[in-house]
Amino acid sequence: MVHDTLPPTAADPPTTRPQARGALARGQAALHTKPLLGPLIVLLLASLFFSVWVGSRFSDPLNISLIVQQVQIIGMVGIAQTLIVLTAGIDLSVGAITVLASVVMGKLAVDHGLPVPLALLLGVVIGGVCGGLNGVLVTRFRIPPFIATLGTLSVFSALTLFYSRSETIRAQDVPPLLSWPGRSINVLGTDVTYSSLMMIGCFAAVAYLLRGTAWGAHLHAVGDNREGARLSGIRTGRVLLSVYVVAGLICGLAAWFLIGRIGSVSPQAGENLNLQSITAVVIGGTSLFGGRGHVLGTLLGSLIVGVFSSGLALSGVDALWQVFTVGVLVIVAVAADQWIRKVAA
Amino acid sequence: MADRVMPRHRALAALSAGIGLTLLLTSCGSGLSGHGDDKTIVGLVTKTNDNPFYVKMREGAQKKARQLGVDLRTFAGKGQADNDSQVKAIENLVAAGAKGILITPADSGAIIPAIDRARKAGVMVVALDSPTEPASAVDATFATDNRLAGRMIGKWAKARMAGKRPRVALLDLSSEQVKVDVLRDQGFLEGFGVDVRNPNRIGDERDSRIVGHEVTGANEEGGRDAMEKLLQKDGSINLVYTINEPTAAGAYQAVKAAGKQKDITIVSVDGGCPGVKNVAGGVIGATSMQFPVKMAADGLAAVAAHTKDGGKGSGSSGQGFTNTGVSLITDTPVSGLDSQKSDWGLRHCWG
Repeated sequence: MVHDTLPPTAADPPTTRPQARGALARGQAALHTKPLLGPLIVLLLASLFFSVWVGSRFSDPLNISLIVQQVQIIGMVGIAQTLIVLTAGIDLSVGAITVLASVVMGKLAVDHGLPVPLALLLGVVIGGVCGGLNGVLVTRFRIPPFIATLGTLSVFSALTLFYSRSETIRAQDVPPLLSWPGRSINVLGTDVTYSSLMMIGCFAAVAYLLRGTAWGAHLHAVGDNREGARLSGIRTGRVLLSVYVVAGLICGLAAWFLIGRIGSVSPQAGENLNLQSITAVVIGGTSLFGGRGHVLGTLLGSLIVGVFSSGLALSGVDALWQVFTVGVLVIVAVAADQWIRKVAA
Repeated sequence: MADRVMPRHRALAALSAGIGLTLLLTSCGSGLSGHGDDKTIVGLVTKTNDNPFYVKMREGAQKKARQLGVDLRTFAGKGQADNDSQVKAIENLVAAGAKGILITPADSGAIIPAIDRARKAGVMVVALDSPTEPASAVDATFATDNRLAGRMIGKWAKARMAGKRPRVALLDLSSEQVKVDVLRDQGFLEGFGVDVRNPNRIGDERDSRIVGHEVTGANEEGGRDAMEKLLQKDGSINLVYTINEPTAAGAYQAVKAAGKQKDITIVSVDGGCPGVKNVAGGVIGATSMQFPVKMAADGLAAVAAHTKDGGKGSGSSGQGFTNTGVSLITDTPVSGLDSQKSDWGLRHCWG
């Protein structure tokens, strides 16, 4: 796809570049070698700005905890999206998979009376199956990921509505274990939900998988240059399929968090998750052209959106400005990505 | 090269097979409708397929259609503001020879040209759930008086808050000033005794009792996020207006997490069965119940009567607004305000 037009060495560190000419060029080079630096700087500056503008209400531990809670579903789904984007793909169905998995968990446990752990497990498995279906469409049938997941987005959404009959299971009827991720413990004087901690754990686990295992190396290779990866002996089809299955399983886990967050099981939840997850990935500095980026960038990306959303709300700014700001952030992030790429051009 | 040509042949074969199949299906389709030519075709166009309100409305219309012997065709948009799909649905229904169209307009102004074309083609058009702008663009309207629905919970809240210093949070639908959102929000404030300034605009009030407005997308997740933000802004909130009951359920999760469920009263609009159960369980203080099944059934009956009259409007048509009713549901009635208990609500709720 797009990366075919780039030389195979496009993402290599600029070791052969002449000495940096001034601070700007040095900054550009630093941002290129350390993809987390950009989003980290934005997150710190935004937090500082709102701490000054809004005051202590923004920076108090309770609000920080709330921001993390509010971005945890986007963050989880964002992990799945990052994996797909790193393979130079895109997954438009992550939100639909998450909602389908949550409805399966709720219906099995509440309406069909299955033991809750089994219902939970089956929900996560359904997520993996949906991801696997995407993977088969992309690898076996060679349908571009955008098209394949555009199709499955509608398929999964319709299945959700058929299965749930569009009806919500009320919070009071949901068994405690299903909403367990929404419960909180006291960490350093602030209530932190289990799902916030689990989300951070998931980010750490996937970051390790990507950086410390052969699977991660293969995934990056496939995303950077699929043909090159194939020629060097990587079974690209199998790697891609596994990436889609893992992304689906993560969405299944996100479904559990979603139930914990909203208490009830609603087929109408998470309707914006697809676009929000892409937003988090892009703001987090992962390149939509594949191969370059970091899953922890997605955590920073979703926190940046959360900080802006919370900061603007607390200062009483009209909600439309939140939408506006997120749009500007996306454009700036992609422009920055293009600028940083020039270092290696 | 041969192996390159082959797929092209196959593609051609597949294409022609596809076209053949489509022709066959369409001819079957017209054959079917031809077969049932004694049945009047009536269309129902809702805003979405996934909102239980419209699901119940569709089910109500289907039941009534069977009673009346009408061929009901249903369509839905893809969101609360998807005008485009609704325009297409109207065009398809006119092309199919529908005698009447029932529509819940997603955009009460933008849908008018499509409705005009349908009516010029001799189709009776009835608005359900929310009126068009102008209301005279359709033959009849069967809807909840949403401003009244808001006023009722506003008045109830005013009575409940007597003697307390009210700190009000408003959880709305979106930033787009959608008609139903405006009517409920402004109705609530009017009932509560706030000077709303422009009654057609959310958020222009200057009243110190109001802590703030947030948008929710009218679902649980949005309700929880918005309530957290407002509680963070001002922890002394003690009254929460919500656009609908799923939003109220989400807001309650935030209230509960903050340990304030004893101090905060939530009011809402809708009358869905999960919402009424939440009234019974003390999550929602009061809700205004609407009657979507009745809207659909009455609208369908009006169209059926109209077609039997041979084109002359019957009593219920003729550019009138028919209020399908609103009932205040609460287990803590206040004096001077008619209301029903939640057990009555559970017998009359819609899904």
